[in-house]
Amino acid sequence: MATAVLTTLDPQSRAASRGMSDLSIRNLFIIPTIVFLIVFNIFPLLYSLGYSFTDFRASSSAPANFVGLQNYRDLLADPFIWNNFTITAKYVIVSVVGQVIVGFGVALLLNRDIPFKGLLTTLLLLPMMLSMAVVGLFWKLLYDPSFGIINYALGLGTFEWLSNPNMALYAVALTDIWMWSPFVMLLSLAGLSAVPKHLYEAAAIDRAGSFYTFFRITLPLVAPILMIAIIFRTMEAFKTFDLAYILTSQPTTEVISIRLYKMAFQEWQTGMSCALAYIVLIMVLAITNIYVKYLNKVKER
Amino acid sequence: MAAVRTSGERTTNRLAIVLVLIITMIFLAPIYWIASTAFKPRNLATTIPPTVIFTPEISPFVKLFTKRSQLRAAPTPEEYEAAPWWERLVFDGGEKVVRSGRGEVQLSGYPSRFMNSLIVAITSTVLAVGMGTFTAYGFSRFKVKGEQDLLFFILSTRMLPPVVVAIPMFLMYRAVGLNDTHLGLIILYTAFNLSFAVWLMKGFIDEIPKEYEEAALVDGYTRMQAFFKIVIPEAATGIAATAVFCFITAWNEYAFALIMTNRRAQTAPPFIPSQVGSGLPDWTVIASGTLLFLLPVAIFTFLLRNHLLRGMSFGAIRK
Repeated sequence: MATAVLTTLDPQSRAASRGMSDLSIRNLFIIPTIVFLIVFNIFPLLYSLGYSFTDFRASSSAPANFVGLQNYRDLLADPFIWNNFTITAKYVIVSVVGQVIVGFGVALLLNRDIPFKGLLTTLLLLPMMLSMAVVGLFWKLLYDPSFGIINYALGLGTFEWLSNPNMALYAVALTDIWMWSPFVMLLSLAGLSAVPKHLYEAAAIDRAGSFYTFFRITLPLVAPILMIAIIFRTMEAFKTFDLAYILTSQPTTEVISIRLYKMAFQEWQTGMSCALAYIVLIMVLAITNIYVKYLNKVKER
Repeated sequence: MAAVRTSGERTTNRLAIVLVLIITMIFLAPIYWIASTAFKPRNLATTIPPTVIFTPEISPFVKLFTKRSQLRAAPTPEEYEAAPWWERLVFDGGEKVVRSGRGEVQLSGYPSRFMNSLIVAITSTVLAVGMGTFTAYGFSRFKVKGEQDLLFFILSTRMLPPVVVAIPMFLMYRAVGLNDTHLGLIILYTAFNLSFAVWLMKGFIDEIPKEYEEAALVDGYTRMQAFFKIVIPEAATGIAATAVFCFITAWNEYAFALIMTNRRAQTAPPFIPSQVGSGLPDWTVIASGTLLFLLPVAIFTFLLRNHLLRGMSFGAIRK
């Protein structure tokens, strides 16, 4: 019976006479996913939007009081929160720049006839497939000032990586660079292998120097894909939680996600943390928007 | 690249190969170090300088799976003789295996966390890839109003920082009793992976020529039959690759698991670091637990190598 009702919606369809119409199949295939995502992603966000205007604390049974924009005002005026954002920005810049230099550099090296190239590339990609929490844990062992292999290999004596407040953030970023340079490398390799060979041949005939060839041919053609890698890594580094949380507990490494976690689940300032979550959310959505625009642009090529 | 011609170019090429080999070794060194620590006797794990050459042992793995306590006195020769080989390894380390009143060996927290990880990761992968494949087909083959906006919406749900989503989810789960349950985590991971599965599968399905199904429709197939008998088999590789990506994401996830579970449904990522907690951690046991946990992902990475590029770029870039 249901079929009969639905077929009347789309009588032009060729398959309408037998089975379900294209229209109802389309709805059947797409709508459950959209509903699922709305229920489990958007509804919770609306729920927390409501709480962001209250002084609710999930740890007490006191009812939530409506405080209007007070939470947002307090947060934006709080120098400590701005400090968390500054730390996050520093972390994003150090780790993304590091990843681009290492990743693109290795891609340039790999982009030639190398024996076992496939195997080497796969081995290099291993770090980014691992769990960030577990990677953080074993880098703690590597960074140990007395028995850590890093200090031993570099001859640094008992250099403090993680318990030195000035060094800890760079140590976290270094681990992130180890993990995610392979990602930049992977995308760069795709970009490099797509550069038409005849361009290089033409440049060789014109006796162009390798400097000129790199900046006038290689870089402009790889730029769009490299840009995807940069935006994506920026977004991920901005959200970073696992690595920094596991590696250190220094105040100098308290990126915004860690502040948010502590505010919500240790201090139980639920209303306030919902407001901070919204501030972070808007920033992430802005970067996502740029990212998707770029993805579609590259896809269309 | 262009064929190597001059001797100068040949030298650069050789230099590049040597550099690539050195870089690969540096990149793999941390993984090698954790793997080798997993086989070290405890007293060699934290020596100064670090021990590189040693006789491998499997006692860390025995310790990983069993609940142990400090030995007050050395075991009597009879006790030692009566013990199975693996229990002797624990005795040798100055500890004993904890047994229940009826003499059953008590397990450590690790095996149950590993099982939880398997249950949650596999179930959420099946759900996300299942729903994702249908939805991707819908977007790939039919005209959808506001398609770009819907696809952006789908992708953006994946980009949300986990802690941001976790705050309201924690409150809602607490209200309905889903905190610290498998189902709670499965729902979260399915939602997280679903968006990714849609994007990735859409890329794979876009590549299957429409004419295949159209021919089948002419032959009297219904759209549903064409989908199951033609599109699904054609997309099998893509489905497998997507499934492996979703599995790895769920397997590795930390923040949600940390916030939403504490014991019954806790997965391995929050559990393994919690062992370091207090006192002098036994790094050999932690390393063996880490190694076992990383092993499935390492194997999958090799199986996936031809699809990695696509998976990491949401299907935007193909080889």
